[in-house]
Amino acid sequence: MRRAAPFLLLAVLPLAGCQGWQSALDAQGPAARTLADMFWIFLAVLGAVWGLTMIALLLSLRRRRPADADPLATNPETERRMIVTTSIAVGLTLVTVIALTGLSYAAQKVLFARKDGALTLLVTGEQWWWKITYEDSQPNRVFTTANEIHIPVGEPVLIKLEASDVIHAFWVPSLTGKMDLIPGRQNQIQIQADRPGLYRGQCAEFCGLQHAHMGLFVIAETKEEFERWRDRQVSSATPPSDSHRQRGMEIFLSKPCVMCHQVRGTDAGGKVAPDLTHVGSRRTIAAGTLETTRGNLAAWILDPHGIKPGVNMPAVKLEPDEVQPLADYLEGLK
Amino acid sequence: MCSSSLKAVAASILLTALALAACQREEREFRSKSMADETEEKVSLVPLSPGPSGPAEQRSGTAKTYEENAYQIAQGQRLYAWFNCNGCHGNGGGGSGPPLMDDMWTYGGQIEHIVQSIREGRPNGMPSFRGKVPDEQIWEIAAYVRSMGRNVPKAAAPGRRDDMSPGPAEQRRPPGQVIDGGQIPPSAQMPQ
Repeated sequence: MRRAAPFLLLAVLPLAGCQGWQSALDAQGPAARTLADMFWIFLAVLGAVWGLTMIALLLSLRRRRPADADPLATNPETERRMIVTTSIAVGLTLVTVIALTGLSYAAQKVLFARKDGALTLLVTGEQWWWKITYEDSQPNRVFTTANEIHIPVGEPVLIKLEASDVIHAFWVPSLTGKMDLIPGRQNQIQIQADRPGLYRGQCAEFCGLQHAHMGLFVIAETKEEFERWRDRQVSSATPPSDSHRQRGMEIFLSKPCVMCHQVRGTDAGGKVAPDLTHVGSRRTIAAGTLETTRGNLAAWILDPHGIKPGVNMPAVKLEPDEVQPLADYLEGLK
Repeated sequence: MCSSSLKAVAASILLTALALAACQREEREFRSKSMADETEEKVSLVPLSPGPSGPAEQRSGTAKTYEENAYQIAQGQRLYAWFNCNGCHGNGGGGSGPPLMDDMWTYGGQIEHIVQSIREGRPNGMPSFRGKVPDEQIWEIAAYVRSMGRNVPKAAAPGRRDDMSPGPAEQRRPPGQVIDGGQIPPSAQMPQ
């Protein structure tokens, strides 16, 4: 028993990782709950089957045949018992498999059901970040952001999934199962959060060097908070008022930044890298890799390949006194 | 019997060693070098120069690391679309800008020339990208431009694209030649 203790401990340890902001077992929406329920049902039923099988195996190992028994001798009574036992086992197996298949089918019905929701998003997978476009019937209410999805609590949100380069997969374990993003076609998935909170997601299909650093956040908030957030995101960036940040903006606009990035309300109109109009309001930069702070922004600009080797963001040549205003300007884009 | 099994063992070891010889991968630099100043190439646009020898030139040798590297060329292909080179040059067939997949190079067809053309701009419409595109990316785009007329090794040229393409992939095009400006390339000659 003492020798088994470390092994038991090791077996239980992984379970400690099963809660928190990115766990399929910490279900916070209808789809994730269906999946978690399925997991527990399968675990219980199949665990019981495995346990019974092991007990039967141990019992049969303990029962020795007498040393002088004739191996070819048959006993009609034993034969009959064996046939009955085997038939019952086969029957039970069939019932279990059919029941689990039925459950699985019912779960699929829930997972792929489409409820009518007011909100539709287009999520495009890029190497290695998420482009997020909030669709709206009014064209001037459509806006693009990156790596952070805000949703109102309790409402189904339809997410259209596309990819621009290679296959990625959208996975927010606490809210829903995985869905692939495939270049040239559109997949759809619906998410719904029952409780306000911060849920982490992750690319779940190997997509290149920085696949592990392709995270995203889903932030579920009340309807009023969400509407306030959306109104702010729709608006263009407000020009900085102090001269320090104004200098930062001038640096931003005169450097290679504008070739790829967009800041609505300025001449920077690149569409191939994350929209920076409200970058200061997002929790993280570089797809969930770093927190949005002045220092991290400066570090990212000066040495993106030290943080995410192979990333498409180039190290831009800046003068030493240009870094500070630029980081301040970006951080101020709330 | 023994010698034949020895031979079999020797042959299999040899085969394994041969297979291992193919394990060398293309070198790939993950940390970009664009923090450095731009490379200083001294290349002339014409092959003419007074005196017995040709023009005095100075090359950094950077060219090889770009135009023989599949990754750099593929990055160039991506940047070519991102920075809207298509807007004037089409997919290399030309539009309001000259075609890039043929053998005629008004301002020189070596990679250093193309880098200069992108960096400095050229009269009649080609903008200067100095300070807007980091030097490393300029080299990558130039390497991709060279691959359009298959002036790069076959193994390094881009393969088939995911989207519809009007012609064969760069890799499948016949090897091209470069006729620098001021001379009449075969593609421009009247049929005799």
